[in-house]
Amino acid sequence: MFELLGIPPQALFGQLLLGLINGSFYALLSLGLAVIFGLLNIINFSHGAQYMMGAFVAWMLMTYAGINYWWALLIVPIVVGATGVVIERVMIARLYHLDHLYGLLLTFGLALIIQGLFRNQYGVSGLPYSIPTELSGGTNLGFMFLPNYRAWVVVASAVVCFGTWFAIEKTKLGAYLRAATENPTLVGAFGINVPRMITLTYGFGVALAALAGVLAAPIYSVNPNMGADLIIVVFAVVVIGGMGSILGAILTGFGLGIVEGLTRVFYPEASSVVIFVIMALVLLVKPAGLFGRTA
Amino acid sequence: MKLPSLILATAASLLMAGTAMATDIKIGVLNDRSGVYADLSGEGSVIAARMAVEDFDAATKGIKVEIVSADHQNKPDIASTIAREWYDQDGVDMIADVPTSSAAFAVNDVTRDKNKIFMDSGAGSADLTGSKCSPNTVHWTYDTWALAHGTGSAMVQEGFKKWFFITADYAFGQALEKDTSAVVTAAGGEVVGAVRHPFPGTDFSSYLLQAQASGAQVIGLANAGGDTVNTIKQAAEFGITQAGQSLAGLLIFITDVHALGLETAQGLVLTEAFYWDLNDDTRAWSKRFAEQNGGNMPTMVHAGVYASVMHYLKAVEATGGKETAALMDWMKANPSQDPLFGEGTIRADGRHVHDMYLFKVKSPAESKGPWDYYNLMATIPAEDAFRPLAEGGCDLVK
Repeated sequence: MFELLGIPPQALFGQLLLGLINGSFYALLSLGLAVIFGLLNIINFSHGAQYMMGAFVAWMLMTYAGINYWWALLIVPIVVGATGVVIERVMIARLYHLDHLYGLLLTFGLALIIQGLFRNQYGVSGLPYSIPTELSGGTNLGFMFLPNYRAWVVVASAVVCFGTWFAIEKTKLGAYLRAATENPTLVGAFGINVPRMITLTYGFGVALAALAGVLAAPIYSVNPNMGADLIIVVFAVVVIGGMGSILGAILTGFGLGIVEGLTRVFYPEASSVVIFVIMALVLLVKPAGLFGRTA
Repeated sequence: MKLPSLILATAASLLMAGTAMATDIKIGVLNDRSGVYADLSGEGSVIAARMAVEDFDAATKGIKVEIVSADHQNKPDIASTIAREWYDQDGVDMIADVPTSSAAFAVNDVTRDKNKIFMDSGAGSADLTGSKCSPNTVHWTYDTWALAHGTGSAMVQEGFKKWFFITADYAFGQALEKDTSAVVTAAGGEVVGAVRHPFPGTDFSSYLLQAQASGAQVIGLANAGGDTVNTIKQAAEFGITQAGQSLAGLLIFITDVHALGLETAQGLVLTEAFYWDLNDDTRAWSKRFAEQNGGNMPTMVHAGVYASVMHYLKAVEATGGKETAALMDWMKANPSQDPLFGEGTIRADGRHVHDMYLFKVKSPAESKGPWDYYNLMATIPAEDAFRPLAEGGCDLVK
């Protein structure tokens, strides 16, 4: 049997697949960030906290109301997205005329407050959330045992990512949105309510984070720090993909998941830094990111 | 990600009873208050320290005790900055707890430098009383040698001889892997591989697959807290345990079992220094503790903070002051006695020696209610539980 760099091919396929699964989360989260940055010019640092809220709201629905996973997939993004709408209306909307830095500081502060509140209430050890029975178990692929739930995560994430990309780049609504970013005054003159559209866009970006949270709840422990651990990586993904580029965020998300997965095999100690090394290299060679447009 | 914010929370300052010859003592509880180890140490350790001060009745004995606390975020640089500030500016006399071995080493150095006292409960590395031992440090609750010999030997004796390690890549994980490997090979077992993951981690499936491919019988988890919880959960998800490999959680706290749930955790073998349901004394104390800790039972780290603060206060009373050398001499010369660990002694290298326990996690059917999690498999007597004095390489041992 031949070996690739000392690793049997079966093991390599397994690791590639795992990388793709982790990449699904990166893609979903960086997509939300890219949508918010691309259309609102806000660097949404509370994205990780909103992802965590997604997982927690799913847990609360299950624990206090007996609402199952499938309904949570629908309800949680709406609920958490609604909190996003409130935050945008009450706070973020006041910052559009200021530098990026203010939006970043505001959302970062919000993230710390949200995490602190959840930590105070639920501790850090994590809460159990089981995999829905329809998706428990797994399939033996020959080279690895693939849990059905993880396969579902990849599919769900790919569908949502493609749908979002399509809506923004190929539909009339998306065209309005992009136009409103370029020139809000002109678009407003055509009778389109630009502030409302911006608010809903933020709500949608937050809903994407919450959806990722629900998807993550059964496999990672539901704990207040789960978003904080992830958000920095996701920001690196967005920077590598090109700030604001929807397609860039999606492709880089999946791609870097795979790169990170392979690093875990060849040199696991470096797996937490490899993405940042790539970020540094990309910034040196292509400062606007792989898919970014230089202004 | 956390901001480098030092959130100093001054906890309890007890009123003194107005004795003329009062000694003022300031104890700093330094631990993880926001990260992966916050539930097993964190605020619970502050509660435990406060309970020790109350139970000792320090106020009527003319000792005025103030307790301060801070979050070291599991980072050695932050730990050493806080320790320095506490000793230099805030008049702290003793630092307690300090989980995360790398942070504990930092506090160990600063304490020796400033000639104060460090009573560790939360950290694991046995080097704290071995190659890095200090005349100013006491290591109370457990260490990697004790864990390796408790859980490691028990597993090897049951016939699990081929091991693979999933190790947290820092001082504690490395020490635990090293100590357990030694136990395994000494007992005729074999270590077929190891993978070291960045600390803290989220996704362990990649490492689990490598462990599976190694063909080992046992996957030794040389990590702790949330990392261990996630590894065990994902091992179940990826069918690792169903496919015939066993997991050996080398350091599992009761809070981890609580987070995992008995359905996932049942059957795990683990070594602990303390369990709330051991005897009437531990039950009574733990009940009082839980009332102040949101209903959550104490971990062995909390118990260790209580017992070590208690022993320290006894030394303050007996020596009538807070001169470091006199206190350390008294603490090492006199046996400790408390409701949680019973009788114990502190050796020349700073190691506190007491019985350790081997537990097996109950199945959901066996458990009678919340926090009823362990069956006692064996008591490891104090003289066998810890590394023999001569083998640690501590230069305080002549």
